[in-house]
Amino acid sequence: MRYEAPQTVDQAISLLAGTHGNPRVLAGGTDLLVQLRAGFIDPELIVDIKQIDETTAITAEDGGFRVGAAVSGARLKEHDTLSLLWPGVVEAADLIGSTQIQGRASMGGNLCNASPAADTVPALIAAGATCALAGPGGRREVPVEEICTGPGQTILTDGEFVVSILLPARGSRSGDAYLRFIPRTEMDIAVVGVGVSLSLGADGQCSAARVAVGAVAPTALLVPAAAEALVGGVVDDAAIDAMAAAVRAVCRPIDDKRGTVAYRIEVAGVLAGRVCRIALERAGST
Amino acid sequence: MTDSNKTPSGNGTGNGKDYKWVGTRAVRPDGVDKVTGRAKFGADLHLPNMLVGKVLRSPHAHAHIRSIDTSAAEALSGVKAVITRDDFSDQPKGAVQPAGEMTINYRDMVRNVMAREKALYEGHAIAAVAAVDARIAAKALSLIKVDFEVLPHVIDPVAAMESGAPIIQEDLMTEGMEQSPGAMTNIAKRVEFGHGDVAVGFAEADVVIEREFTTQPVHQAYIEPHACVASMTEDGQGELWLSTQGHYVARGHCATLLGLDVSKLRVQASEIGGGFGGKTVVYLEPLALALSRKACQPVKMAMTREEVFRATGPTSGAHLWVKVGATNDGRITAADAVLKYQAGAFPGSPVAQGAQCAFAPYELNHVRTIGYDILVNRAKVAAYRAPGAPIAEYATESVMDEIAGVIGMDPLEFRLKNAPKQGSQSSYGPKFPVIGCIETLEAARDHDHYQSPLKAGQGRGVATGYWFNIGGQTSATLNLSEDGSVALVLGTVDVGGTRASLSMMAAEELGIDLDKVRPMIGDTSALGYNMLTGGSRVTFAGGIAVVGAAQDLIGTLKDRAAKFWDIPVDDVEWAEGEARATNGYTDNMQPLSLQEIAKDMAKTGGPIVGAHSINAQGAGPSFGTHVVDVDVDRETGRVWVTRYTVVQDAGKAIHPSYVEGQYQGGAVQGIGWALNEEYIYDDKGRLENAGFLDYRVPVCSDVPMIDTVIVEVANPTHPYGVRGVGETPIVPPMAAISNALANALGIRFTDLPMSPPRVLAAIKAANGDATTAS
Amino acid sequence: MAKYHITTRINGDDVEFLCAPEQTLLDVLRDDLRLTGSKEGCASGDCGACSVTIDGRLVCSCLVLAAEVGGQEIETIEGMADGDRLHPLQQKFLDFAALQCGVCTPGFLIAAKALLDRNSNPSETEVRYWLAGNLCRCTGYDKIVRAVLDTAADMRD
Repeated sequence: MRYEAPQTVDQAISLLAGTHGNPRVLAGGTDLLVQLRAGFIDPELIVDIKQIDETTAITAEDGGFRVGAAVSGARLKEHDTLSLLWPGVVEAADLIGSTQIQGRASMGGNLCNASPAADTVPALIAAGATCALAGPGGRREVPVEEICTGPGQTILTDGEFVVSILLPARGSRSGDAYLRFIPRTEMDIAVVGVGVSLSLGADGQCSAARVAVGAVAPTALLVPAAAEALVGGVVDDAAIDAMAAAVRAVCRPIDDKRGTVAYRIEVAGVLAGRVCRIALERAGST
Repeated sequence: MTDSNKTPSGNGTGNGKDYKWVGTRAVRPDGVDKVTGRAKFGADLHLPNMLVGKVLRSPHAHAHIRSIDTSAAEALSGVKAVITRDDFSDQPKGAVQPAGEMTINYRDMVRNVMAREKALYEGHAIAAVAAVDARIAAKALSLIKVDFEVLPHVIDPVAAMESGAPIIQEDLMTEGMEQSPGAMTNIAKRVEFGHGDVAVGFAEADVVIEREFTTQPVHQAYIEPHACVASMTEDGQGELWLSTQGHYVARGHCATLLGLDVSKLRVQASEIGGGFGGKTVVYLEPLALALSRKACQPVKMAMTREEVFRATGPTSGAHLWVKVGATNDGRITAADAVLKYQAGAFPGSPVAQGAQCAFAPYELNHVRTIGYDILVNRAKVAAYRAPGAPIAEYATESVMDEIAGVIGMDPLEFRLKNAPKQGSQSSYGPKFPVIGCIETLEAARDHDHYQSPLKAGQGRGVATGYWFNIGGQTSATLNLSEDGSVALVLGTVDVGGTRASLSMMAAEELGIDLDKVRPMIGDTSALGYNMLTGGSRVTFAGGIAVVGAAQDLIGTLKDRAAKFWDIPVDDVEWAEGEARATNGYTDNMQPLSLQEIAKDMAKTGGPIVGAHSINAQGAGPSFGTHVVDVDVDRETGRVWVTRYTVVQDAGKAIHPSYVEGQYQGGAVQGIGWALNEEYIYDDKGRLENAGFLDYRVPVCSDVPMIDTVIVEVANPTHPYGVRGVGETPIVPPMAAISNALANALGIRFTDLPMSPPRVLAAIKAANGDATTAS
Repeated sequence: MAKYHITTRINGDDVEFLCAPEQTLLDVLRDDLRLTGSKEGCASGDCGACSVTIDGRLVCSCLVLAAEVGGQEIETIEGMADGDRLHPLQQKFLDFAALQCGVCTPGFLIAAKALLDRNSNPSETEVRYWLAGNLCRCTGYDKIVRAVLDTAADMRD
């Protein structure tokens, strides 16, 4: 195994594209090092992207923020204006692991690790975030929900990696939120996670919404039917119940050591309702 | 209650006085090392020319080992030794001996440290290598070829008892059965305790409740993985450094397994990063010694966390049946229980202890407990804090709570009405000595926590727990230095502050400042035998040894003073750190301080040493009662512990902070056991949650502050009245929390852990909603 | 196999070491630099016993490659006391008996110091969540949380 820390995106691409034997990108390393130590992976090359400006910066862009793929959760949380704009996304990143993990773990890593239970992914999907990918074939901007194709599987081609994530601008009277269920208060992997982002019109009716759910399918799911249950009306108990039912309807989880099929489906709906109420309150107060 | 200091009636000179050190909250003598990173734990020793040892472990829960080919590993550059079953002689049948709270069978132990005929659980050691670095050692393991014939396996204790179950040990004979089973069996032992006739008792009952319960294996989950450094030389002498609860016991085990004279092996205990019973046996140590014997270089071995979970002792999972009868006015007429405990792959579950403790908090005329020790394809259980008792008392205290509810009695009043006292016949035979069961129940009842109102939706539960505590072989030495300071040499590993408590008793006895006593844990050559740290015995038995050593030292000091003054020794007394002449000599002679005698010891007869070795008897049993409030998220099944109070009899708290620490730590381990901790196996018998991510011990944000009340009903067999305190605190929490949940939800839970899916399923079922199962 | 030459600062001192690419910072601290105060409890970031700070940021040293730390400022438990003066947290842990076996203590102290460096007046809840990545199996956390809260109060005075 070799370790390289390139200074530019192009250097990173040529390292990744020029190495056989499954080179791996290192951002925060909180998943990668565990996999290395456990012997799940044995890469020829580790490419540390934390020396690259673009992957480590948070920059304003078109009213939103572009977040480098290797920006740690702790730095994200310390960014006041970003936290005001997308509190649900920041909360989701903040839920990943302990304070120690927060010091390292990044949204880019969380996304590319492609765990169905990744906390930031439903929040990013709900937020309508996109990713900047760079590879030997050039650059492309891809919606977050298109990145993961299955557990541990992504659309990234050989030599391609996630450079940054764009959290878009949002209008007034908008709010987002993310909640997950874990058995303890910290240090667990989500049994279910739900992200909701919604906007209210001048009439108080829901003008736009995106709902995403994690840990209930091979990848996090965008749930258009759940959004449709909210958009075009007042977000009242009936609408929220319909939204929660739509979330439950798309769940196709597995039984495992972290939860059962029935439990996950049930709690997905419970969380969807709770998350929606938080997002609604935030939208109403902005 | 902390200051309800009843007079101890022991032999210590501190007896009946205001104590200067005993009962204070002195800073522990080993503290600075532990807050600065200096303290050396098992993996912190580095020796010159040291190799790294690693273990190849079975991926199968049950398999014949047809062959092991280590030739490629041995040929790898940098590999210095490879060992397998062929490097250990077999041990004779029936070589069983008591060790702490468990028993040791060396024929089983030699198979547990290195699989022989079969791999009996996933993680069972198959081979080990020593190499110049970890990378080469890991590479060597990958080159070892093992030919396994995979066999059917069984994990569940009830399934393992059924005819046709996979047989773990083909030559097993059930102990304690009146009739031979006539076929191969996984039932290693049957035990029965009790008195009276339960049928008669149940006939007298107005209310009878009968319930079945299950518990899952839980791990001690000490933060420090097992680690050791072994060094054997060409002449067959050896040194071993290890993280253990008992270095003398480890020495005996290793010497037996390696065929060494015990005294050829010098064993030093490192600082120990938690044990809770799990570091009372050996795993890596015989392997490290065997590797070092082959390589003639020091070998360090440390387990990964995953190895700790897979290959070291959790405690049993169990199936429990309990039946209790009572009259409408709250008198228990009969109590009956059948306990089936997983032993793991070798006999030795703590079912006998569980059966003995099951109904110990009650005075009963008709009681019976039957226990079965059952082999399954899982790592052999090791002791875990009051081994066996938490499992049994979870079930019995749940039923006691339910029956109190049915007859409409306050659960603490119900327990008080049936509580044992001095002279009561215990449910397992002997009559109780002086005990504090009633005192702890009354203190819990009168506590602000129990009296305070609950918030809407919350529930409150109580449970009482019992543990015997033990004494055992113990040695201590006080070496007087020439300046009057004293080195206290102990042979009992300090897991949580006993260097402090034992030094405090030494200073109290000698009448000197605590900072003049410097305690240390000697290696196995420094003292006579010491049984391991377990059974909540160290402050009790160690205290007796230290007080005895101090009395021995004082005897010599008085001799020297008498010689100096040229008066009869009977006319010398020791008080406040000095020798004083009495009986008319007082006026002529200034008292001689410890420093003065020490300074002149060469002239008065040479070095002054106080020593005492005992086999301590009369450990005071201890009772504790816990009060817990819970809140439940009724939509997700998540349980929150919102308030927790531990009330327990300590006899006498030598260092109250570390007594409280035992209460608090035991309660939080119990919260984990109650709510989330469990071993989860796949259909091949492989552990699915061998890490702290999914084996969910409580984290800091999961729990509230843990209030404590130290009740002090002095143990008359100890000079300061000490009872062991370390184990009883883990006995009540599971039932207390289950009882609190029953109070909150009106639902009686009978399976541990009460994890969110299980709680939500029960809530849904109670609401008639069958769509969600756990 | 080629090793990497790393120049860094540990507890205020310039330090150079050679490391293999797969070695973690914890491996190098413990096995090569013999700074064994940082402990390996899990090697997966779940127990916090290996906590250190890198450029003031609290991390698990088991989840950092040693090759990554060139030019950075690392603080370990060995650097917490100032000469012969214990840090107030270290002294308070002793006074409050906030340790039993002590193997988790270095990690807790490093983590608690990182908290107090940012927040001089944390609530009990903030302390508990900040320290949720540090497992202690002995104390039940009670005395640890009290020690941190009391140290914060002392340091505010």
